[in-house]
Amino acid sequence: MEFVNLTIDNKSVKVEKGTSILEAARSVGVEIPTLCHMKLDDVNIENKPGGCRICVVEVDGRRNLAPSCCTKADADMVVKTNTMRVLNSRRTVLELILSDHPADCLICAKSGNCELQDMAHKLGVREIHFKGEQSTYKEDFSPSIIRDLNKCIMCRRCETMCNEVQTVGTLHAVNRGFMAVVAPAFEMDLEKSTCTYCGQCVAVCPTGALTEVDHTNEIVRALADPKKKVVVQTAPAVRAALGEEFGLEPGTLVTGQMAAALRRLGFDYVFDTDFSADLTIMEEGTELLGRLGKHLAGDKDVKLPILTSCCPGWVNFFEKQFPDMLDIPSTARSPQQMFGAIAKTYFADKIETKREDMVVVSVMPCLAKKYECQREEFATDGNPDVDYSISTRELAQLIQRANIDFNTLPNEDFDHPMGESTGAAVIFGTTGGVIEAAARTAYEVHTKKKLEKVDFEELRGMEGIRSATIDFDGLPINIGIAHGLGNARKLLEDVQAGKSEFHAIEVMACPGGCIGGGGQPLHHGDSSVLKARQLALYKEDKNKPIRKSHENPYIAKLYEEFLGAPLSEKAHHLLHTHYFDKKKDIEIE
Amino acid sequence: MAKYKTHLLVCGGTGCKASASDVIKDKLTRELDEKGLADECQVVMTGCFGFCEKGPIVKVLPDNTFYTQVTPDDAKEIIEEHIIKGRKVDRLLYKDPTSKEEISDSKHMGFYKKQMRIALRNCGFIDPENIEEAIARDAYAALGKVLGEMTPVEATQIVLDSGLRGRGGGGFPTGLKWKLTAQEKADQKYVVCNADEGDPGAFMDRSILEGDPHTVIEAMAINGYCTGATKGLVYIRAEYPLAITRLKIALEQAREYGLLGKDILGKGFDFEIEIRYGAGAFVCGEETALIHSMEGERGEPTFKPPFPSVEGYRKKPTNVNNVETYANIPVIFLKGAEWFSAIGTEKSKGTKVFALAGKINNVGLIEVPMGTTLREVIYEIGGGIKDSKKFKAVQTGGPSGGCLTEKHLDTPIDYDSLIACGSMMGSGGMIVMDEDDCMVSMAKFYLEFTVEESCGKCAPCRIGNKRLHEQLELITQGKGSKENLEKIRDLCGVIKDTSLCGLGQTSPNPVLSTMDNFWDEYIAHVEEHKCASGACKDLMKYIIDAEPCVGCTACARVCPVGAIAGERKGPHTIDQSICIKCGACVDKCKFNAISIK
Amino acid sequence: MAKVKSLADLQKLKADLQSKVDLREKGDRSENLVQIKVAMATCGIASGAKQVMEFFMDELEKRSIASVVTQTGCMGYCYAEPTVEIKLPHQDPVVFGYVDLKKADEIIEKYIKNGELVDGIIPQNYQTIDENN
Repeated sequence: MEFVNLTIDNKSVKVEKGTSILEAARSVGVEIPTLCHMKLDDVNIENKPGGCRICVVEVDGRRNLAPSCCTKADADMVVKTNTMRVLNSRRTVLELILSDHPADCLICAKSGNCELQDMAHKLGVREIHFKGEQSTYKEDFSPSIIRDLNKCIMCRRCETMCNEVQTVGTLHAVNRGFMAVVAPAFEMDLEKSTCTYCGQCVAVCPTGALTEVDHTNEIVRALADPKKKVVVQTAPAVRAALGEEFGLEPGTLVTGQMAAALRRLGFDYVFDTDFSADLTIMEEGTELLGRLGKHLAGDKDVKLPILTSCCPGWVNFFEKQFPDMLDIPSTARSPQQMFGAIAKTYFADKIETKREDMVVVSVMPCLAKKYECQREEFATDGNPDVDYSISTRELAQLIQRANIDFNTLPNEDFDHPMGESTGAAVIFGTTGGVIEAAARTAYEVHTKKKLEKVDFEELRGMEGIRSATIDFDGLPINIGIAHGLGNARKLLEDVQAGKSEFHAIEVMACPGGCIGGGGQPLHHGDSSVLKARQLALYKEDKNKPIRKSHENPYIAKLYEEFLGAPLSEKAHHLLHTHYFDKKKDIEIE
Repeated sequence: MAKYKTHLLVCGGTGCKASASDVIKDKLTRELDEKGLADECQVVMTGCFGFCEKGPIVKVLPDNTFYTQVTPDDAKEIIEEHIIKGRKVDRLLYKDPTSKEEISDSKHMGFYKKQMRIALRNCGFIDPENIEEAIARDAYAALGKVLGEMTPVEATQIVLDSGLRGRGGGGFPTGLKWKLTAQEKADQKYVVCNADEGDPGAFMDRSILEGDPHTVIEAMAINGYCTGATKGLVYIRAEYPLAITRLKIALEQAREYGLLGKDILGKGFDFEIEIRYGAGAFVCGEETALIHSMEGERGEPTFKPPFPSVEGYRKKPTNVNNVETYANIPVIFLKGAEWFSAIGTEKSKGTKVFALAGKINNVGLIEVPMGTTLREVIYEIGGGIKDSKKFKAVQTGGPSGGCLTEKHLDTPIDYDSLIACGSMMGSGGMIVMDEDDCMVSMAKFYLEFTVEESCGKCAPCRIGNKRLHEQLELITQGKGSKENLEKIRDLCGVIKDTSLCGLGQTSPNPVLSTMDNFWDEYIAHVEEHKCASGACKDLMKYIIDAEPCVGCTACARVCPVGAIAGERKGPHTIDQSICIKCGACVDKCKFNAISIK
Repeated sequence: MAKVKSLADLQKLKADLQSKVDLREKGDRSENLVQIKVAMATCGIASGAKQVMEFFMDELEKRSIASVVTQTGCMGYCYAEPTVEIKLPHQDPVVFGYVDLKKADEIIEKYIKNGELVDGIIPQNYQTIDENN
């Protein structure tokens, strides 16, 4: 490894050759401000178009200021990050950006969490010297995401996520000059594009240009309606991230406080999506074993590998981009939808409430869930199984709005019966978790033996594509894992080409899985946040008394009282779905 | 039927005409008639000789006698002495400024020809659609020489020794660029011809491709041999259909003759060329943007390094040269690096092609040795300013360049002196402006171009240029103040200092150079709200002078917006709040009562 | 056309072609052969060079003048487009500017038929690479 020595603000710095000035400076505590640069080390994502020009620095011997994010540190370089020239230019450039940005900070969805606002504060901008025309674009409301491009600062982070990371290819820079902006081709609406609503664009947007559709007001209205029984479910990954919104360290588990907060918000039943995650394992695991059994019996028509289907961004992805492979994924609905279907049938019966009088709310780390719960196939007579899906961020907002001091709340438990879950369900929130949970159950069901070592370390980690072979008592099961749709595409293309050796593949649309979902508290480019959340989920799993889905007593009871058996006709009706060719709906003008 | 033995060519260029060359022609004709020589000798008016300094010019054929500064009174003597007696009129002959000797035969006064055609050597000579005509004029001979006699390193050295610098505007040494690409190790390399000519008014590259496509093909093949590339790409804007057609024909013919393809001239060198079309974005002339565009990506630049020589097209080492640069290459090999480097100035060798346009008499495509002065270009080759107006400025370097004024006229044209004067060579647009041109509007025009053509990637170029344009707009509308001028200067500095690519880094140049050279004009715009040239419509007023106005009502009737009022037979007035400054009233007034203030 | 396989081939080809061109210029038929080049770059075509070229082709044939009419690239005289170069046998080429159909007719009648120059000649005002040795 080659190192170079240079000077940054009179400090000598030694860094590996090839390191950017920005990172070299950071290593000695000089934080150069930037708006467009973003680097998520653990998931191998970097956005550095060198476009915002905020991070410019003076390098001795160079005619122009150098963008520190894309200028490599060189031997004997003398860099100054805070000269008059730099400060003046940086501020002028920021003023220019602000001069083409709506000044509606007070009511902006991003207010208080906006990197542009922070930058204006940091650089002490009190006046914009260059006023002029502002660019205007039409607003775009999709079921999950709102695009208000007047607030786009062309940092291109969303574009990097959408194309390089997710390979979805929806967002691109369009137009030229002053009218340049990031949008779908021909500035079409997201709804008509290849968008999967994974929300990774929203997760990285530094301003209010990309935000989620806000459903908090609908929730407040439902809670205030005395005729409605309002049931809430919270996804596994929410508990590992919600605390961040209240100043807690990333990775702080707030399961108990979250349940308490939901109760104080007025939800009639505080349940857990983890419950239906266990249910998912029962259905999906059984489906896996079924297909595997047929395969081993020599059935040539059976489709393997089986692909997980609990991630709605992923479902949208293959429906829009691989319509020829709709028979490969598991038909099991996502835990959110299984929960809704059971809540509005089994549970509604139990509390003798009519479907129409029940409101099911889900709290999700995800924006695609907003779209998912609006799918026609997940409604009965127009009444959706899940009425509203809100993000982790929206829940935090509701808690703040209701004057609830989150950090002083006691730990409370979820309600029964749909609040009970196992450790297998908790890890649904991280990449590798679903397949690990499935393996725990499938192993025992298939081998009829007790699984001694519950932790499948070989399935864990942050590598974009991972694989492992698990020994099912003499039967080697090849498992593939992908998170990030770009990685999923690679595995899927192998399957398409008939080159895949896997029996089962877990796919999660977002880097890191749900912990890095589009609805989570913003990581602002710090990938250690994702790691901390992941560790928290494994910790919760470890602390759970029951760690295998099929051992969840309430799940057993559900089958006994209501569903019969996994893949029964009733289960099929309520817990499984089918997929549609949505490629043909994509509008190409 | 007359059979003329002698022709008298009288220069009918604008400069000579202004010095009564048509009277000279008449007098010569009359003299011939009187002497009964009308059947033997014919007087003909010609276009500009490009020697306006010594005009009017009369040239006698067939002996090539070249008379300078001829007056109508000299007609008689020329006829009587030269035509009848066969004795040259010595006092009218051109005198060599150093030796003071008279030179009678224009064949010996090549030096008066300010132009020299290297890149354009075949343009206008050969049929560009016929490879045989090109070969007859030495096409592919340089390639043959290189493949047959030189190693890639030796050949590159010749380009280095020639001192050739990039003609696209940057002026980077071509040989060095080749060397850098040659040094890289890769399984595939590319050479790219940048034919994305985008400066307003520039058409040098188009003319070369339309007139002599084989020179570019040959040079690219040599470039490929030197750098180790077997694939060439021509990135050409789709708005150049004729150039594309001719290039395609030329490629086809070159393949047919085995001058492209496998084992060229039996030397084991393979080379192919493909065409890539650009959609006409100015920024795609920037090499990284060009490469992205060729790859099917958005045409926008990326930060350098890595330079294309290391990581270019499809991440492979790529050498990008401009059309005109390539057009010089074969000549360098045929005539030698020494020959080439003897032309031009110390640091700028060879010639440069310019598209000379604007308020100039001989609008044209010219090629001059580096070091030629602006004065020579404008007054000799260009034949001076149109309608005998006063020269004000010349713009070089397009939207990245600047304005040069009277005081720069004797500046030799080369890369470095132009930069020293606050402009730049650019790709070769040269636009001449006269007293009617407003320098603030001019700066605004170029900025408008940059605003349109910015890719929008970096904030200072995307938003800064827009704001700059808005500030200039205020000034030309009479709404500006000195404070705006300060803002403009500050903003120009930041845009230059912080923009990502050359487009943004140079976009303030037209503004800065006009501010430097025509500060008074800016001041007049903001302090007196006056535009001396009358170009800024918002700053001028039509006024009816009560005295000459007879109240004929003609102006009021023609005014399309009803801004003129007045009693019949009484003086009329113009309501300035309504007037749209169309000028219809001025044209209609027979009494010269309406003036511009 | 057979491929040019070596440098020697190329040199021979060049010599042949040159003599072919020379033959055209100086050979037996030189008394009758007039060479006309029309500047057919985009700018020339925009100014009407195509019509002028067609006119020369049609009219020279009609008027039984042995001639070769070819196109060429930009001569650089934008101010005087369309431009046409006429080379009469044994004479230096002459470039005419502003050649519209009327002018073209005049050129045929006066210059080509009688060697009588007409107004609008553009003197060559540049050096060629061969002059500068």
